[in-house]
Amino acid sequence: MENKNPKKILLEARNLVKEFPIGKSKGRLQAVHAVTDVSLSLYEGETLALVGESGCGKSTLGRLLIRLLEPTSGQILFDGEDITSLDEAAFSCYRKQMQIIFQDPYASLNPRMSVKKIIGEPLSTHGMKNKKEREARVKALMKEVGIAEEFYNRYPHQFSGGQRQRIGIARAIALNPKLIICDEPVSALDVSIQSQVLNLLKGLQMRYGLTYLFISHDLSVVKFIADRVCVMFLGNICEVGDTEELYQHPLHPYTRFLLNAIPKADPRLRSQDKELLAGELPSPVHPPSGCRFHTRCPYAKGLCRQKVPESRQIGGRQVFCHFPLEG
Amino acid sequence: MCTQTLVLDIRNLKSHFFTAKGEVPAVDGVSIQVPAGKIIGLVGESGCGKSMTAMSIMGLLRYPGKIVDGTITLDGRDITHLRPKELAKIRGNEISMIFQEPMTSLNPVYPVGRQVQEAILLHQKIPKEEAKKRVLEIFRAVGIPEPEKRYHSYPHQLSGGLRQRVMIGMAMVCRPKVMVADEPTTALDVTIEAQILRLMKQLCDEQGTSIILITHNLGVVAEICDYVYVMYAGKVMEQAETFSLFEQACHPYTQGLLQSIPKLDEKVEWLHTIKGVVPNLLHLPKGCSFCTRCSQAGRRCFEEQPGLYETIQGHGVRCFQYESGVRLDGE
Repeated sequence: MENKNPKKILLEARNLVKEFPIGKSKGRLQAVHAVTDVSLSLYEGETLALVGESGCGKSTLGRLLIRLLEPTSGQILFDGEDITSLDEAAFSCYRKQMQIIFQDPYASLNPRMSVKKIIGEPLSTHGMKNKKEREARVKALMKEVGIAEEFYNRYPHQFSGGQRQRIGIARAIALNPKLIICDEPVSALDVSIQSQVLNLLKGLQMRYGLTYLFISHDLSVVKFIADRVCVMFLGNICEVGDTEELYQHPLHPYTRFLLNAIPKADPRLRSQDKELLAGELPSPVHPPSGCRFHTRCPYAKGLCRQKVPESRQIGGRQVFCHFPLEG
Repeated sequence: MCTQTLVLDIRNLKSHFFTAKGEVPAVDGVSIQVPAGKIIGLVGESGCGKSMTAMSIMGLLRYPGKIVDGTITLDGRDITHLRPKELAKIRGNEISMIFQEPMTSLNPVYPVGRQVQEAILLHQKIPKEEAKKRVLEIFRAVGIPEPEKRYHSYPHQLSGGLRQRVMIGMAMVCRPKVMVADEPTTALDVTIEAQILRLMKQLCDEQGTSIILITHNLGVVAEICDYVYVMYAGKVMEQAETFSLFEQACHPYTQGLLQSIPKLDEKVEWLHTIKGVVPNLLHLPKGCSFCTRCSQAGRRCFEEQPGLYETIQGHGVRCFQYESGVRLDGE
């Protein structure tokens, strides 16, 4: 994947904040702080993975970036244009260029629509009115993702989970988008099907020069598919960097604990005394002061409780930690 | 395996579903031996029959499912076709189960402490105060912070990890001989998963409880299991000690599975795939159930069903390539 030089920024987030109001308590408005002050760049043609545990804000961030959710504050730039506050009409030409693949292939396809309608809908919405032309395109897309043409008139319930996810992928690439948000696209699939879908995604990226934002909690999958990784914890970014380097030398303590915690498919690597992260995720309604990870971090000092860590550059890597681990 | 005492011995278990479209052999001749104090892994993809095996053991199969053949022996006693009343005496006492989704398996309208207490009072004649003490003890043992406060919490007030700890506490409180854990960590985050796995291993060592761990995650198996059964389309395809299986997987399916998982320590351009999809249990191939997806299948694999052959001691493989070994599933 050497074609990434010179790097062109496709999508940029500046100080994005998303809070979900959840009503009042003791006369004060309460909110879930889902994403707090996140700045992130996505380069053309790369796969950037967003990883973290449930509730860390990775899916919310993915949705904010393609404006499926409106941010509380902050800016989103696509191809250099500010798209944060465009109205629907002006945004529709950008909408075409950004698509999403969802986690659950059972819930993300309308059970009352046939494959031809599911894949054909974005085409007709965006101007392909000729029926014959559309049919040819849908069939080409089906072939592209490995679904036999004769299933053209079938409904979602007649397909397996893996095949449904392929249909979801065909729908996402139908309009030749530049960017696809993959929101846990393989977590609902079995191992043997998962590898088929991952290979398919990688192949499509090579053929069409797609840019992926790959949201996942599975670090082994991310290792395979991503060029760069962004680790999130409770609405904040912990660390962003090149996949290979980040896995070899995590700088943020949380990254290291995440990597340690994955059960590895090799019994020789088992150990009773491996360091585990204690405790649970703090509440996103009342996030801890200072560094949000300090309540679980064994290395936390006084400073971590008081001050939010600022971004630091260490060897091409961005780290948000007062005391990063030795590289 | 045979030198150790078996707490649970499943022989040639067949659980079928009688549906309008025909008889579905969800579990088709499965034999599993569980020695005391060991963790036995049961792995496979969705629909391979691993959960149905668990339900059969627990006597939880309901119409249209039915055990049609085989025996389940718990500590020398045949429990295959017990009456509901007798089953209730065993369940939660000598053999217990934890489920994947801790939210749906706890009762939302009772405090969790009371639910665990109920499990004790059902099986033992002790005063309520005494039972409450036991609950607090087990809460401490499974690592629930502030047990006195949590005793009165409702399930929705607890996080997924804590709920699963409550479930494990409930399953362990009567010191069962066997605990069946059906995907206990699948719904949890990795850092919490690691905590729960360690807890299960620790309890198993301390109390001498055997665990049947059902999972689709080979990483989890490698982490804590002593012995593994790999299932596919209702049958055991390979069985071996954990180290033996990961060092030398023999069955093409196991090999394919192991190669399909992305590894943390290597960089590959493409992932290995097993072509095709799991066959419909109503229309299984005539021969080996894996033959349609197997890259090593010969003509015979499509015609005849292979037996389970022993390669080295304790390592069985259902594949004609190993036919020279002793047949384990004697027919």
